[in-house]
Amino acid sequence: MAKVLLKGNEALAEAALAAGCRFYSGYPITPQTEILEYLSWRMEEVGGEFIQAESELAGINMVLGAAAAGARALTTSSGPGFSLKQEGISYLVAADLPAVIVDVMRIGTGLGDIAQGQGDYWQLTRGGGHGDYHTLVLAPASVQENADMMAEAFDLAEKYRHPVLIASDAAIGQMIEAVEIPEFKEHDINKFDWTIKGCKKGTEQRKIQNVYYTHPDYEGYLTEKYRQMEQEQRYETVQVEDAELVLVAYGISSRVCRETVEIAREEGLKLGLIRPITLWPFPVKAFEEAKAARAFLTVEMNILGQMMDDVKLAVGSGYPVDHYGSIFEIPESDGIIAKAKEMLKKEGK
Amino acid sequence: MRLVAPETVTFTQSGFCPGCGHGLAVRLIAEVMEEMELSEKLLAIVDVACGSLNIDSWRFDTIMAAHGRPIATAVGVKKVRPENPVMAYIGDGAAYSIGMAETMHTAIRNDNVVAIVINNSLYGMTGGQCAPTSLPGQITTSTPKGKDPKKAGMPFRVDQAFTGLDIAYLARGSMADAKGMMQSKKYIKKAFEKHMRGEGFCLVELLSPCPTNLNMTPVKSVERIKNEMIPFFPLGEFKDKKEEE
Ligand SMILES: Cc1ncc(C[n+]2csc(CCOP(=O)(O)OP(=O)(O)O)c2C)c(N)n1
Ligand code: SF4
Ligand SMILES: [Mg+2]
Repeated sequence: MAKVLLKGNEALAEAALAAGCRFYSGYPITPQTEILEYLSWRMEEVGGEFIQAESELAGINMVLGAAAAGARALTTSSGPGFSLKQEGISYLVAADLPAVIVDVMRIGTGLGDIAQGQGDYWQLTRGGGHGDYHTLVLAPASVQENADMMAEAFDLAEKYRHPVLIASDAAIGQMIEAVEIPEFKEHDINKFDWTIKGCKKGTEQRKIQNVYYTHPDYEGYLTEKYRQMEQEQRYETVQVEDAELVLVAYGISSRVCRETVEIAREEGLKLGLIRPITLWPFPVKAFEEAKAARAFLTVEMNILGQMMDDVKLAVGSGYPVDHYGSIFEIPESDGIIAKAKEMLKKEGK
Repeated sequence: MRLVAPETVTFTQSGFCPGCGHGLAVRLIAEVMEEMELSEKLLAIVDVACGSLNIDSWRFDTIMAAHGRPIATAVGVKKVRPENPVMAYIGDGAAYSIGMAETMHTAIRNDNVVAIVINNSLYGMTGGQCAPTSLPGQITTSTPKGKDPKKAGMPFRVDQAFTGLDIAYLARGSMADAKGMMQSKKYIKKAFEKHMRGEGFCLVELLSPCPTNLNMTPVKSVERIKNEMIPFFPLGEFKDKKEEE
């Protein structure tokens, strides 16, 4: 397929259809609304079902029904709406149901604001709802990745019978780039026996409910399920091998950091970049490449430096880990380099 | 009078209390499905409340959805499997309190799903707290001095609230005696017939005993339905949209 110019949100919506998604229910909230608007006309064209739900709560629970019935089902939201989805995400996890949920992150707590942000990291990676769980989280950094990750998200969701989250943000959602939409794939709602379809006489009834009620070894089953999911670490590294200080950034921040590494190296400052593509599982394997590193700096669009927790767990207590935060705007290379120099100075360069 | 339960009633050890109305509703639904030859097609969505026990009491493919969300979940199911009958089975607390928005908007959209609402005038599963359907003066564990309509409002009547909406069917039956059971079964059947013709949202409310939380014998709790509930919750069909309308 030829390249077309699309907004990130629209590329994601079109790619969901290409991945065989034929059920969507969502609720308007900036900066994800273009996904809802796009699918409001486009879903019908491909013979799928679109519902503007009365709330995010209803939306996610419709998705749960559609997923149980065998569809590749999608819902999308941002900030306050993503919080309302947490009940349903917890239920999807509990009942071993695949679905894809997109959080086009905006800035701030409570209502916050509509500008890009990366403040939902904890909510995304720690299991944002109640209970004892993680979900796989993919973090695109471009419009093309917004498109490419949809099929991957649905495949992973089905592989593990588990919801998969996409951590996008306002910048990626709103910007326009050239993108190639992956080829259309058909999805068969009868592909899996476990989906509800009607119980034939003399066959076993299908029950979609908390696995806890039915699994003879619930604890062992879940321990093994999460152990396998933890192998799905995806990441990119940029000049990490000889870097004295390694930046850690995902999504739109990682694109800035890629450039930051180049600029710094022109000045003789050896920076590198680890870009987590999966936020959970966090790509701890990537840190093995950081053989020369003396410090780590996360670059995130939030105040508290939420990803530092995971970096500290990955590198252990021997290294300083700090955070360069930017809110209301995308981080800038100058500021990142200044912060990196300051950290290395403290380390006695 | 038939004495054999439909094949889809499992008779596994049931968690329902003796005299509970949920078991009666399971049987009515199973009979209707058998008579309409829909037993192998029905997709059921139950709430997490006492009706969740249905998942083991009947042999239909079933989802146990979140509290108050089964109707929304049913909408998702129906969109994916439009050929199958799809039923949400939920309590009065689920339908009219926490899930009121979902119930109301499914009605506003006239989505083609069946909702069976078990009105036992309280929150059964959590131990008998006040519900929107609790009667004035009703002693519950959260209204120990009796429900005060000035604070908690009058019992919610779906027949008053939903008749203005463009839905396919709305009826209320009682499960307090044989006559009520026969009538309720007719309503359930009619709802499924309309559903299978694609007419839209069908809601059947069933007045149901909960002896445990009313602190009554099973016999007393059905007498209460006749003497105290029906005066507040009239029986009958309130909306029966004709096909051609
Ligand atoms: C979000 C949420 N809030 C509260 C509960 C606890 N809860 C479970 S069932 C129930 C009430 C059930 O009442 P009703 O819907 O009338 O069903 P019944 O048991 O009376 O048939 C409540 C409050 C819950 N499971 N989830
Ligand atoms: S508590 Fe009430 S509604 Fe629940 S099973 Fe017992 S009698 Fe039935
Ligand atoms: Mg109740």
